[in-house]
Amino acid sequence: MATYSTNEFKSGLKIMLDGDPCAIVENEFVKPGKGQAFNRVRIRNLKTARVIERTFKSGDSVEGADVVDVDLQYLYNDGEYWHFMDPQSYEQLTAAAAAVGDAAKWLKEEAICQVTLWNGVPLSVAPPNFVIMTIVETDPGVRGDTSGGGGKPATLETGAVVRVPLFVQSGEVIKIDTRTGEYVSRVKE
Amino acid sequence: MESTCWRPGADFIALRLRADLLARIRAFFAERGVLEVETPALSAAAITDPNLASFAVSYTGPGPRHGWTLYLHTSPEFPMKRLLAAGSGSIYQIARVFRDGEAGRLHNPEFTLLEWYRVGFDHHRLMDEVTDLTTELLAGSVPLAEPERLSYRAAFQRYLGLDPHRATVAELAAGAERFAVPIPPGMPTNDTDPWLDLLLTHRIEPRLGAGRLTFLHDYPASQAALARLRPGDPPVGERFELYLNGIELANGFRELGDAGEQRRRFEAENAARRALGLPEMPVDEHLLAALAAGLPDCAGVALGFDRLAMLAAGKKSLGEVLAFPLDRA
Repeated sequence: MATYSTNEFKSGLKIMLDGDPCAIVENEFVKPGKGQAFNRVRIRNLKTARVIERTFKSGDSVEGADVVDVDLQYLYNDGEYWHFMDPQSYEQLTAAAAAVGDAAKWLKEEAICQVTLWNGVPLSVAPPNFVIMTIVETDPGVRGDTSGGGGKPATLETGAVVRVPLFVQSGEVIKIDTRTGEYVSRVKE
Repeated sequence: MESTCWRPGADFIALRLRADLLARIRAFFAERGVLEVETPALSAAAITDPNLASFAVSYTGPGPRHGWTLYLHTSPEFPMKRLLAAGSGSIYQIARVFRDGEAGRLHNPEFTLLEWYRVGFDHHRLMDEVTDLTTELLAGSVPLAEPERLSYRAAFQRYLGLDPHRATVAELAAGAERFAVPIPPGMPTNDTDPWLDLLLTHRIEPRLGAGRLTFLHDYPASQAALARLRPGDPPVGERFELYLNGIELANGFRELGDAGEQRRRFEAENAARRALGLPEMPVDEHLLAALAAGLPDCAGVALGFDRLAMLAAGKKSLGEVLAFPLDRA
């Protein structure tokens, strides 16, 4: 893998740090009036998603991380692994639970997800920003009842639970923003 | 983005402010009888400081420098000192200078320095004048409390509880850990200066000049650069830096006039360059000859004009006060 000089640092660059793949979030060049220059960097560990601060001497090099984002189609879950397919090459890849994480509850078969690969192995999975799902269970709400104001919980076909307005009923199909986990609208099929 | 890159990075309010500040600087020095000068941006010699990188260009001729490598100046200091040695009296220059390897929110590889020299001033009297000028230029845009002068040692004691002149590498490293300053890989174990720079930039600088002009002065002898050393225990470099709202605005010296001492410093810097695997730079023999002929007792300072304009405009990055910063150049 390539190495990168601090001169090439910019947000989004993928580098190795303490054996983990990381992405640069923010890079600031600092230099006293005379003397050693530094790059102050905020870095996200792509395994843990934790953001940490590091400083490098300007001009030093770090090892790059072989990390790429690819769009893959979700196929199925065999109970242990999540299976994806590259829609161009039909190549199949499996992702472990640690990589899928919270995305699992938004994964519906055939959905196109952004999968981050590290050395060719899925490191994390981002579900589509919006998903369409069927409500399998929710309390029958009373139309016009606005008490509580926040709606009611509804369980979706994948097991995810979202808050929906009181007028939305079991069996209905709804659109959800996966980034916030919030109900967007009903969908007429 | 591509399609709008031809447009300036700064708005016209900022560009008019720059023009206005330049006019006020010239009026300030005209009133005080300081002569405006211009010196070449291209020089056969270059700065030896290992932490400054000069752009090199090749001159194909005609004339005496045919086929030479010439260097773009990182500051107009050396030729201005030659003018002083030749009897110019107090002088100032508004110069475009060039530094390779410097770009960021507060850096652009070419920028404008206001540099001036006052014959007969020591560095404290020059700090008074820097205060007068910056206070006048920032009046109405940046509210300023009483200016403050803080020795380099006092700053380290205040913000780190360390004596920068006596602390060992191990003590400075412990100080970095105590104040959660991330320690870069590959820090030297036998040289305290990079550690002092790390602590200064990460822990001290962001706290300097909060709503006031703060002058940091009397630097460790190893960081005297082109300043005189004042004997003492320990000896200190008669150098100062000006900060406002955490941003370094100016660097000044009570100027070293000893040609022998200057040559030793140039040679030591070139030795440091060799040790770091950096190219050695041609020493400015004209400057050394001028110092040998006699530099009048003087103090000089270089002030980052773009940073001053940025603060006056209430902006956060140099790119907002440069017509065309690096990414649009």
